[in-house]
Amino acid sequence: MTDSPQPRSRLSKVAAGLQEFYSGPYRRTFARARQDEDDLFLVIVMAEALGVPNPASYYTVELLPVVYEQFHDWHRRMGMDRSPLDHFSCC
Amino acid sequence: MNSLVLALVGVAMIIAGYALYSKFLAEKIYALDDSIPTPAHQLQDGVDYVPTNKYVLWGHHFTSVAGAAPIVGPAIAVIWGWLPAFLWVTIGTVFFAGMHDMGALWASIRNKGQSIGALSGRYIGARGRNLFLVVIFLLLLMVNAAFSVVIANLLVSTPTAVIPTWGALLVALLVGQAIYRFNWNLPLVSVVGVVALYTLIWIGDNNPIELPDTVLGLPERSFWIVILFIYAGIASMLPVWMLLQPRDYINGLQLFIALGILYGAVLIARPEVVAPMYNSSPPEGTPSLVPLLFVTIACGAISGFHGMVSSGTSSKQLDKESDARFVGYFGAVGEGLLALGSIIATTAGFASLAEWEGVYQKFNDGGVVAFVNGGGAIVEAGIGLPQSLSATIMATTAILFAATTMDTGVRLQRFVVQEIGEIAGVSLNKIVATVVAVGIALALTFGAGADGSGGLLIWPLFGTTNQLMAALTLSILAIMLLRRRRSPLPALIPLAFVAFMTIYAAFIQLGTFWEARNWLLLVLDVIIIVAAVWVIVEAINSMRTARDYPGDDDAELRELSVAEIAIGLDSPAPHEDTDAGHHHQRHRDDQPPTRD
Repeated sequence: MTDSPQPRSRLSKVAAGLQEFYSGPYRRTFARARQDEDDLFLVIVMAEALGVPNPASYYTVELLPVVYEQFHDWHRRMGMDRSPLDHFSCC
Repeated sequence: MNSLVLALVGVAMIIAGYALYSKFLAEKIYALDDSIPTPAHQLQDGVDYVPTNKYVLWGHHFTSVAGAAPIVGPAIAVIWGWLPAFLWVTIGTVFFAGMHDMGALWASIRNKGQSIGALSGRYIGARGRNLFLVVIFLLLLMVNAAFSVVIANLLVSTPTAVIPTWGALLVALLVGQAIYRFNWNLPLVSVVGVVALYTLIWIGDNNPIELPDTVLGLPERSFWIVILFIYAGIASMLPVWMLLQPRDYINGLQLFIALGILYGAVLIARPEVVAPMYNSSPPEGTPSLVPLLFVTIACGAISGFHGMVSSGTSSKQLDKESDARFVGYFGAVGEGLLALGSIIATTAGFASLAEWEGVYQKFNDGGVVAFVNGGGAIVEAGIGLPQSLSATIMATTAILFAATTMDTGVRLQRFVVQEIGEIAGVSLNKIVATVVAVGIALALTFGAGADGSGGLLIWPLFGTTNQLMAALTLSILAIMLLRRRRSPLPALIPLAFVAFMTIYAAFIQLGTFWEARNWLLLVLDVIIIVAAVWVIVEAINSMRTARDYPGDDDAELRELSVAEIAIGLDSPAPHEDTDAGHHHQRHRDDQPPTRD
């Protein structure tokens, strides 16, 4: 809700309330589903770096700088306390 | 006695409770303090911890706790006469439920939004926690089994509700598609969805669907039970946006509308209460009022399930501490009003005492069916809807609520089964776990006979299990109050009362099951008794320690929160306090709250 513009009228406040009432209980579920998808995507992008042959590595290697931001969260979620890659020292 | 008097007195008592007692609790007992940041702010992650507008949060809280139980319990309990049920619902809401629900919220927000299960580990010890898991498993099992029977009974007794019940699934599926696929405007879709639901009710009313006596070799009711479990199993595996989310949402709106219709009709029609004030000659086989009344009406008076919701999700979304009064206490008020509506419908909705006695021929006979017919009659008299149409509205309301609770129950039971599997070293996938969860509930439902009567037989056990959870929550509250050197009496008195009635009721039922040679229920009952005694002994020990060695949790919390905010809160391990840890924390905070 925070990224939407401030509600102007009472009606749009009600609409915002309804929106929140609709999506609130499932925020966690959706966030988790999106995270699962992102994790899968990261596995594919990182495959070559982790030593798994990847036919699409020519393309995925270009994505490495983009996913670097998420790498630390990802390897922690995957159960590795430290970065598994020597040259990828995020922590 | 006129039902309007009953409604006005009841509402006045409950509202006075909110205005006076909850204020006292908020200021003197819980000492709610807006200067202490709530977990929603401290741990804000856009997923679980999100500060939420208090009215919206109240809506979530109320619709999550209001299942079929506040309707079913009172509808059965009026067999002892309307006064005992009325007193327990009003006094229970004011001094038991409000205190308990608001307290569970408070306990959780002062402990980083942890659930009652986790808190029982901290304040009562590891055994308290194990006990909690056992109770949860039994509670879910009972909810799933009992609600399937409640819904099946309604589908059989109110054939006009068949089309709206299953049609509501279609409406929910379409609403989900409209919002997620086509990005349509939510308020508009909501209005269309609710109108569509009421249109379905009107269509269903004109086209009752009655199944033949046996379908595929099963009696009609058993057939519906099996279908319901298949539905709940599938619904619990579908992505939430497809069915569950729009369905819960439309149901939430429908609940507010139906409550308005019922109370509006009472206001206009003012029907006389035909049921006796105190039924001195209840039908044969009716258990005694004390203690069974206090476990038959759980939701609507006090319910442990509310503590789970309060500390599970609501506490993580509380914007300010002072909102706990509105969300927690007023949530219990909403539930109390629903139970009061159920009492009025089942005592004033009949033409004569003879007719009422005809419905309440034996214990467990009245139930939701009485609510549907009685409520239907009141709505007809009040706002002129034909009796059958109003009965269909009442039945659909009751069914939709029981059904959403049931599919959530199956989903939760699946998680529990998977966890148990993990402990046993077996990895169960979604489908297997769902089949196991549904299978256990089905076995229980049909355990007492092919007509599925096992589902409702355990309803009194639901009451005891649920009250046991409430006792657990109350004992945590008492311990927390003792540690702060505040009066524990507002928690201790309800605790003593609930614990005594629960154990008393469990022992009486033990005798009943023994006579009936019902081994399944006997075993479950023994488990409950052992758990209840256990929790009381553990809790008394912890209370004694808390009294002798009080500590000030809040002072600790204040220091902790300043320090923790400085280092980044959810660092689970010390080595996260590195630069990367900080980066990690900032990164998460910077993300906008997710909403898809």
